[in-house]
Amino acid sequence: MTALLPRRGLAQVLALIVILAVDRIVSPQFFDLRLQDGRLFGSLIDVLNRGTPVALLTLGMVLVIATRGIDLSVGAVMAISGAIAAGLADSHGLPIVLAAALGAGLVCGLWNGFLVAVLGMQPIVATLILMVAGRGIAQLITEGRIVTFSSPDLVWLGNGSVLGLPVPVVIALGMLILTAAVVRGSALGLLIEATGGNARASELAGVGTRAMILSVYVWCSVCAALAGVIAAADIMGADANNAGLWLELDAILAVVIGGTSLFGGRFSLVLAVLGALIIQTMNTGILLSGYPPEFNLLVKAVVVLAVLLLQSPKLSGLAGIAMRLRRTKA
Amino acid sequence: MKGLPPVLITAIVLVAGFALCAMQFPNIASTRVVGNLLTDNAFLGIVATGMTFVIISGGIDLSVGSVIGFTTVFVALAIERWGMPPLVAFVAILVLSAAFGAAMGAVIHVFDLPPFIVTLAGMFLARGASFLLSTESVPITAPVYSTVSDFALRMPGGGRLTAIAIVMLAIVIGGALLLRLTRFGANVYALGGNRTTASLMGVAVGKMTIKIYMLSSLLAGIAGIVFSFYTSAGYSLSAVGVELDTIAAVVIGGTLLTGGQGSVIGTFLGVLIQGLIQTYINFDGTLSSWWTKIATGVLLFAFIALQQGLVALARRPVVKSAGAAS
Repeated sequence: MTALLPRRGLAQVLALIVILAVDRIVSPQFFDLRLQDGRLFGSLIDVLNRGTPVALLTLGMVLVIATRGIDLSVGAVMAISGAIAAGLADSHGLPIVLAAALGAGLVCGLWNGFLVAVLGMQPIVATLILMVAGRGIAQLITEGRIVTFSSPDLVWLGNGSVLGLPVPVVIALGMLILTAAVVRGSALGLLIEATGGNARASELAGVGTRAMILSVYVWCSVCAALAGVIAAADIMGADANNAGLWLELDAILAVVIGGTSLFGGRFSLVLAVLGALIIQTMNTGILLSGYPPEFNLLVKAVVVLAVLLLQSPKLSGLAGIAMRLRRTKA
Repeated sequence: MKGLPPVLITAIVLVAGFALCAMQFPNIASTRVVGNLLTDNAFLGIVATGMTFVIISGGIDLSVGSVIGFTTVFVALAIERWGMPPLVAFVAILVLSAAFGAAMGAVIHVFDLPPFIVTLAGMFLARGASFLLSTESVPITAPVYSTVSDFALRMPGGGRLTAIAIVMLAIVIGGALLLRLTRFGANVYALGGNRTTASLMGVAVGKMTIKIYMLSSLLAGIAGIVFSFYTSAGYSLSAVGVELDTIAAVVIGGTLLTGGQGSVIGTFLGVLIQGLIQTYINFDGTLSSWWTKIATGVLLFAFIALQQGLVALARRPVVKSAGAAS
């Protein structure tokens, strides 16, 4: 185990450095930052800003995956909360808008959690329901139109800045710290990992596995709802068809890149968010390089395969045999 | 006998739904509408047949929509730009998609990875590859296309059974027979029931996994060709999200997502139910198309909840009947 410990996180950091270096070669002014109107501008800030929705989704998704689950509905939840926020923005204050949008996320999360934890459905199936129906619900809210708004409060949420940093980045950072503090500052993270490792054994050991599962799905949907509000604030409108489309896949990809096993049982919040940043750095690099953005998908596919093969228990067979030999000797 | 009750329920839902629709709009109960229903959902029926095999074997294939998209672009470019005869282009793409599926199956088996994430990578790969080929919609003007599109069997009442609908029906029947009557089909059920047991009973798990994903991608390729006939064009963004419709059709058709139970006929009925919802919305005229999504979601929930209930009931008595049928 000690031989493995330094490896954890090293691969992700190295990958990020390599991609940043490639970006620097592709676009010489990649690391340039300038301060304008009390706000930082530059490609790096852009990466952080554009990466915010996926980073927020990742925060919830990593906990869900740690319980051996998966949440396919986050993109649809983003569409729902964005639609609600955009619909209320011009007639209500920011607190009410936020409360309504996040409340919708809470309800979605309770629904998913209820299906998985109480009815015992397979997570892929349970969240597939909301993934299919959610976009319909979002369109029901926007009545099939693209709802635009001009409320300065909500626009600030997507385009404003705090201490030179874009507001979405600050929010994502705050959510990361909050989640990390709650999950790692208490035994909660351990209990979540226990649930993912072996739900039955954990239940017998006195872990409230149902409550654990329910709460991670709720948290995942609330994060998704927040991401949806930010995405809507960013474009000053809600597009029920395209808001958050396929972002659930990016979020899952980020979690996998972050080294969290899809089989549950252990997770790393920071590495998962790092995974989201890696994805966004790649996206931005491809955009800057002048290649068509369609290359994104191919590059992503290759990255997923590479990461999967690295994580595969079979490929590290030789290393595994070596470790087993050492263990039996010890 | 496996999976019979859910299929019956699907059939009852379809018949009741059709009756309700026909009561409101008497015109729905015509061979014309039924013919269109089959034509419009031909590609979905084909790809759902392949997905049924994958899901019964305990896997999932998220790449089918992208494979359809890639196929349409490849076929359009091959015929229009590269001057290939249509038949050669069809054979080439079918070989290509079968190889693609086999590769995914091999990765799933050899590296022991979850099918969900491997086929997700396959989905990105196929969609990205189709973007690379062309981002524009390429119209197909080959004479075969107009000949095939014009071909239709007249049904009594003025309905047209088009060529692509016939292809779909043939594949559904063929798939049903393959699943029910062959050793391959029995092995698919065995894999979904319990991988370890199947392997101990002498099922070549690796070969089966590769064959099953190969079948799914091959059928997705055929569905892509059918889709290109349906739209007379190749477009890299076509069939986005079809994997969801397909999975929904399979689940509504009574196939257990955990594997081991299900039927191709049920899937076919599931496809028809989705098509019926779409038809009803078209007839109504005032409802927006997003009601399709909500209705599909509700049906999905109802059927999964039903399955969950049936499984819970089945587990209660002695575990005697679990491995009886195969």
